[in-house]
Amino acid sequence: MSEQTADPAAEPQASPPASPPADDAPPPSGWFARLWASSLLVTVLAFVTAMLIGGVLIAIADPKTQAASHYFFQYPWDTITYGLQAAWNGYVALFEGAIFNPNTASDGTLAGYLGPISETLTNATPLILGGLSVGLAFRAGLFNIGGQGQVIMGAIFAGFVGFHYDLPPGLHLLAGILAGMVGGALWGGVAGVLKAKTGAHEVITTIMLNYIALYFLAYLLSVKGFQRAGSGQAISYPVHGSAQLPSLLGGSVRVHGGLILAVLAAVAIGWLIDRSTLGFRLRAVGANQFASRTAGMSVENSYITVMLIAGALCGLAGVSQILGTNSSITGDIDAGIGFDAITVALLGRANAKGIVAAGLLFGALHAGGTQMQSATGTPIDLVQVIQSLIVLFIAAPMLVRAIWRIKGTTAGVGGQLAKGWNG
Amino acid sequence: MTTAVEPTETTELTVEHVVTRAPVSRAQRLGAGISLVVLGLVTIWRFGIEGHHDQDASIRLGAVGAENVPHFTVPAVPVAWVAGVLTILLGIVWLLVPRRRWFGPIMGAGIFLFVVALICWLASASEFSTFDVVGTLTSSIGLAVPLILGALCGVMCERSAVINVAIEGQMLAGAWASALIGTLLGVTAGLFAGAFAGALLGALLAVFAIRYLVNQVVLGVVLNVLAAGLTGFFYDVFMQPNPESYNQPPLLENHKVPLLGDIPVIGPLFFDTSVIVYLTYILIVLVDVWLFRTRWGLRTRAVGEHPKAADTVGINVLAMRYRNVIIGGAIAGLGGSYFIFAVGQFQKNITSGQGFIALAALIFGRWSPRGATAAALLFGFASAMQLNLSINAPSIPSAFVAMLPYIATIVAVAGLVGKVRAPAADGEPYVKE
Repeated sequence: MSEQTADPAAEPQASPPASPPADDAPPPSGWFARLWASSLLVTVLAFVTAMLIGGVLIAIADPKTQAASHYFFQYPWDTITYGLQAAWNGYVALFEGAIFNPNTASDGTLAGYLGPISETLTNATPLILGGLSVGLAFRAGLFNIGGQGQVIMGAIFAGFVGFHYDLPPGLHLLAGILAGMVGGALWGGVAGVLKAKTGAHEVITTIMLNYIALYFLAYLLSVKGFQRAGSGQAISYPVHGSAQLPSLLGGSVRVHGGLILAVLAAVAIGWLIDRSTLGFRLRAVGANQFASRTAGMSVENSYITVMLIAGALCGLAGVSQILGTNSSITGDIDAGIGFDAITVALLGRANAKGIVAAGLLFGALHAGGTQMQSATGTPIDLVQVIQSLIVLFIAAPMLVRAIWRIKGTTAGVGGQLAKGWNG
Repeated sequence: MTTAVEPTETTELTVEHVVTRAPVSRAQRLGAGISLVVLGLVTIWRFGIEGHHDQDASIRLGAVGAENVPHFTVPAVPVAWVAGVLTILLGIVWLLVPRRRWFGPIMGAGIFLFVVALICWLASASEFSTFDVVGTLTSSIGLAVPLILGALCGVMCERSAVINVAIEGQMLAGAWASALIGTLLGVTAGLFAGAFAGALLGALLAVFAIRYLVNQVVLGVVLNVLAAGLTGFFYDVFMQPNPESYNQPPLLENHKVPLLGDIPVIGPLFFDTSVIVYLTYILIVLVDVWLFRTRWGLRTRAVGEHPKAADTVGINVLAMRYRNVIIGGAIAGLGGSYFIFAVGQFQKNITSGQGFIALAALIFGRWSPRGATAAALLFGFASAMQLNLSINAPSIPSAFVAMLPYIATIVAVAGLVGKVRAPAADGEPYVKE
C-alpha cells in the first residue's frame, strides 16, 4: 500500500482497490492517519491559495487601487495599501454576509442576528443535496454531470404538484417532495439505463439531458395550465402554501425545511455508502467493474440504481428550490446548482460528511458574495472564481505542494475516474 | 506489481470493444427502421392530412425584397404525402435488407424528405407566407460557424486523447478577450486576442491534464466555471461601467470573393461573408488534411489510440498532446471571437452553451473534422429552423426543435442508429513507466 502512494504518477491510473478513498480504509493505521492529515492540509492550503488569488482580484476591481496604480512606479506603496485594504474590506463583507454581521445584529432583532447564517444555510441546502448526488455517483464510478437537468425536472414535478393540486397541508408537502424525487430520478434513470443497456457514456448523455430539460422547461413555461395566467413572462403559477417547506426560524429569515431534508439525505447516503450491502456493491463496481462482474454482481443494475438515487437527490435539490427558496418556477430555477454540486462533491471528496462541510462552505461563499457585492461593489462572480480555483487546486495536490513547498503525496480527487469515453 | 498488470488488462478490454462492432446490430436495424417509419407517418399526418389544403407553398431562393430571385410554388399537401410515403418505404427497405453502406444515405434521405415537407407546410401557411431557402441556409451557416470551430478544437484535443469539456470556457475566454482587444486595437488584433485567450485556457487544460494528471472531465467542468467567473468578474469591473472604451468592438464586414461571389445561389451563401467564416473554411480543410495526410496527424492519432505504442516508436506523447490541446484552444477561442464580431458586444455567458453543442457535434460527427463540420451544419440548420418556426409557426413548439441536436447525440452514442467510438485512449493520462 505505502509503495503505491509513494509513486504519485501511478496514483490516478492505479486500480482503486489498491488505493482506496480515505474513508474506505480499514481501521485507521498510522499510514491512514498521515494520509488523512495530509489531504486535509492540501484542502486547507487550496482554500487559502484560492482566497489569496481572490484577494488580488478584489484589489484589481477596487477603483481606488486602480487610480493609485497609475503612479505605481513613482510611489508603489499607495497601490499596495489600497489593494490590501480593498481585499480586507471585501473579505470582511463576505464574512458579514455569511456568518455574523455586527451592524445588523445591533438592531437586536432575530433577523439581524441570524440573517447571515440563515442565508448560508439556505444556499447550502441544494448544494449539499446536489453534492450528495454527484458524490454517490462518483463512488460508483459514474460522473453525474446532469445535475442541472435533474434539478429542473425535480422542480417541475414538485412545482406542478404544488400548484395544480389541492391537498391537505402535510400530505401536500409530502406529495410534492415525492414528486420532485420521482422527477429527478426519472431524468437520472434515463442516463443510467442508457449506460447499462448500450454503454453510452454518462457524461455525454447527461450533458445532453441537461439541455433537453432546459428546453422542456422553456416549453412548459409557455403552455396554458403551467404558465401563470395573465402573465406574459415565463413564470409558473405560485405553489400553494400547503405544499411549501416550513420556515425553520420564523418568517423573518429564509432558512427552510429543505435543510432538514438535506441533513436526512446526508445521513442516509452516508449509511448507504459505508454500511449497506447496496453501498458495498456500488463501491465495488466503482472500484473495478470487471472484478465486480466476476464476483457475481450486476454492474448494469448498479448503474441504473445509482443513477436513480443520484437523480432523486438532485430532484430533492429541485424541491428545495421550488417548495422552499422560491415559490414559482422560472427559467433559471436550477440556479447553477448542477455544476456547483460537482465542485461540492469534489471538495467533499465524495463522502457524506465532507460533502456537508463543502456544501456549507460554498453556501457561505454564495451568501457572503451577495453581501460583498452590495457592500463593496466587488462582483459576485468572484465567488465562482474562488470556487473553481479551490477545486482546481485540490484536484492537483502536486501543484499546491509545489506552491507551498511541502513534501509528501496526496491522491488527486476523482483519480479513480481517470478513464475515457470508452471506459 | 499490481499496477503493472492493470494497463495490459485495459488494453485487452479495448480490443473487445472493437470486436463488438457487428456489421448491423439488431438495435440499429430496428431503431433506425422504426424511426423512419414513424417519421413518415408523422409527415403524412401533420403536413398531409392536417396540412394547409387551400394554399400552395411559395419557395424563394433569396430575400423577399431582392430582385431577380428565382421562386416557384409547389402544392404542399401532395408533397407531404409523397415525402411521407417515401420515408416509410425507406424504413421498410432498411428493416428488410440492412446494409451498412446504405445507412448514411437512407437516414439522410429520410430526414431530408421530412424537412422538405416541413418547409412546404411552413410556406403554405397563408397566402403571404414564403420560405427563403437561401436566407435560412445563410443563417444556418452563421449559427454553425462557432460550432464548427468548437468541434474542430475538440477534434484536435480528443484525437490526441485529451477530453475537452471546456470548449465552452475556451470560447467564452476568446469572446471576452476579442471584445476587449477588438475595442482597443481593432478587428485583427481582436481575432488574435481571441485565439490567444482560447489557447491560454487550452494550455491550462493541458498542464493540469498532462502534468498534474487531473481527471479531464472534472477539469473541463471546473475550467468552464473558472472562465465564466473570470470573464463575468472583469465584465462587471471594466466593461459594464464604460462600454465605449472597453466593450465596443467594430463589427466584421462582409467581403465578396470576386468571381465566386457572383454565382446565383452559391455566391451569396458561401462567398459573400466575413473573414472569420473564410478562416473557418480554411481551418476545416487544414485540420482534415493535417490529421489524415501529414506525419503530425498520423502521430496525433497514434498518441490518441495507443500512446504506449507511439512512445515505443519514439513519438513524444506528452509533447504531441500539449501542442494539439493548445492549438485546439486557439481554434475554440476564434470561435468565441465570432460571437463578438458578429453580435457586437460582450455579455456575460455570451456563448450560452454553444460549446456544449460543439461537443455534441464532435461526438455526433464521430471525432472527425468532416463529420463534425457536417454535424455542426446540421445543428446550425436545426437552430435556424427553430428561429423560423418560433416566428412563423407558433403552433409547433419550437423548444422541441431546439432539443433535436441533443436527442440526436444521445441516440448516436447509445448506438441506436450506428455506433460511435471515441479514440481508444481518450481521457486517459499517459505516464511513462
